[in-house]
Amino acid sequence: MSDTKKMALIASRGTLDWAYPPFILASTAVAMDMEVQIFFTFYGLTLLKKKLDAKVAPHSNPSMPMKMPFGPKSFKNIEWPIPNLISSNLPGFNDVATTLMKKTFKSKGVATVEQLRDICVESGVKLVGCQMTMDVFGFTKDEFIDGVELGGAATFLEFAAEADIQLFV
Amino acid sequence: MSDVQANMELDCRGLNCPLPILKTKKAIETLNTGDVLKMVATDPGSINDMTAWTKRTGNELLSHEESGDEYVFFIRKK
Repeated sequence: MSDTKKMALIASRGTLDWAYPPFILASTAVAMDMEVQIFFTFYGLTLLKKKLDAKVAPHSNPSMPMKMPFGPKSFKNIEWPIPNLISSNLPGFNDVATTLMKKTFKSKGVATVEQLRDICVESGVKLVGCQMTMDVFGFTKDEFIDGVELGGAATFLEFAAEADIQLFV
Repeated sequence: MSDVQANMELDCRGLNCPLPILKTKKAIETLNTGDVLKMVATDPGSINDMTAWTKRTGNELLSHEESGDEYVFFIRKK
C-alpha cells in the first residue's frame, strides 16, 4: 500500500463561479501528489461537456460583487448595485455578467475553467459522470470530453470511503 | 541564499492561484534530483502555498525572499 493521499469531490453546480472550486482543488491536489476523483452530478454534469458554456447568474446572488474589469482603479472598485428586478428581467444580463467575470479573472492572472479542466484531464484526475442525472437531463456520453467514466452513488462512495479528503461542491 | 545556483528559472509573475503551484510542479518534473528551481511570483498567497506544496511533495524549499512586489523561491528537487 502506498501512502498516496486521496481526494474525492462531488461537483454539483454548473455555473462559472462554481466551476472553479472543483477544478482548482483537483489540479492542485494532483500537483501535490494526491489521487483525485471528481463525481459530477446534477448541474455539475455540464462541466464535462466538450464545449464548456458555464455562465454566472447575479440574480438571487446578493453577495456577488458586480465590478467593472477595466478603467482606473477607482472605477474598478465601484460596486454596482443591480437590483434583482433588473438582473432577472433584462435580456442578456447573465451574458454581460459572465463576460465581466471572465475579463476580471483574466486580468488577475487566474486560469480559465477550460485550462484547469485540461490540466485535470492531462494529469490523470478521474472524472465520473452521474449516470442517473444524465438520463434525467437527456445527456449522452458523446457530449462529454474523452476519458469520462460513468457511475452512480456507489461508485463515488467506494472511492470516497478510502479518501482522506471528501468535499461536496 | 542568493548564492544558490538555480538550474532553471520559472516566471510566475502576474499569475494567480493555483497557477504558480501547477507550473512549479510541471517545471520541477523536468529537473533531476538535487537540481534547484528558482521561481518568481507576485501572488502573496504563494508564500504559504509554496511552503505547503514543498512539505507535501517532499521537495525542499531552500529559501524564499521578498523583493518589492515579488516573491522569489529556491526549491531543490527531491
